Amino acid sequence: MNVTPATRMGASIAVAVGIYGISFGALSVTSGLTVAQTCCLSLLMFTGGSQFAFIGSIAAGGPAALLSASLLGVRNALYGAHMSGLLRPRGWRRLGYAQITIDESVATTLAQSSPEEQRRGFLTAGLGVFLLWNLFTLVGALLGNALGDPRRWGLDGAAVTAFLALLWPRLRNRDAVAVAVVAALVTAVGVPTLPAGVPLLVAAVVTAGLTLWTTRDRGAA
Amino acid sequence: MSTWGWVVAAGLVAVATKLLGYLLPARWLESPRVARVSNAVTIGLLSSLVLMNTLASGPRLRLDARVVALVAGVVALKLRAPFVVVVLVGAVSAALVRLAGWG
Repeated sequence: MNVTPATRMGASIAVAVGIYGISFGALSVTSGLTVAQTCCLSLLMFTGGSQFAFIGSIAAGGPAALLSASLLGVRNALYGAHMSGLLRPRGWRRLGYAQITIDESVATTLAQSSPEEQRRGFLTAGLGVFLLWNLFTLVGALLGNALGDPRRWGLDGAAVTAFLALLWPRLRNRDAVAVAVVAALVTAVGVPTLPAGVPLLVAAVVTAGLTLWTTRDRGAA
Repeated sequence: MSTWGWVVAAGLVAVATKLLGYLLPARWLESPRVARVSNAVTIGLLSSLVLMNTLASGPRLRLDARVVALVAGVVALKLRAPFVVVVLVGAVSAALVRLAGWG
């Protein structure tokens, strides 16, 4: 593949994002998963937000972890529909394209204007992140195992700021901030009153309901 | 189900979700309402995860070094720090607060 603006952009995104696989790997083993389970998440699930959601809620039980990771992954289906229209992979290739359909490969694709550059950008960012994310996940998991008591190193604080950093770029307008505040309040009330894992799902249902309700009003106006 | 079971099941759901986008007719998924709800649920879940990881301690809410990490994280993000730096700021601030004897 030639070096073009799209491959350059894809490669730099792959390096920047791949490296934070270290933080995922380290946090994953401190949440109680083994090194092999951690690597399995990065290989198979391979979508950062959902992976962090899985390890951030596994303490509340398997069902909570599965549901929160799966709900956070729903946006990948929307990305897939969009990429399918732009890149038009056929046959078995669709499975490969689907697996590397993530925030970063989609963003790189959408930044290009010609179909050839879109394909190059998608493949470079998608395959590059896949390779580096998995490599650095392993490094992070081994490091996390070597660190010992996670609280002494502030790794519980790192989990907080990891979620905050995933949320931050999405708080672009007042509606988004309102959704975030409502979800946080629902969770704060839910943690001491509901079974473990349930507050997360109540927050998801409430935000979905709230959005359907407000967009219905807008549709009528 | 064992932890391995949940890891593999959640991984397969993620793969299936991505594939669905390539297999379903685009108009099913590209309606503005679906996009808005999906976007809102993403924000709601992330916000809920921020709160849980900051305050939850089993079935209780607890103020400790993690709150300091949250505030330090906001400052780092306001200063446009990249992801890795924000994560490190969270770890270092929580570790320092504990070293000082609180939380």
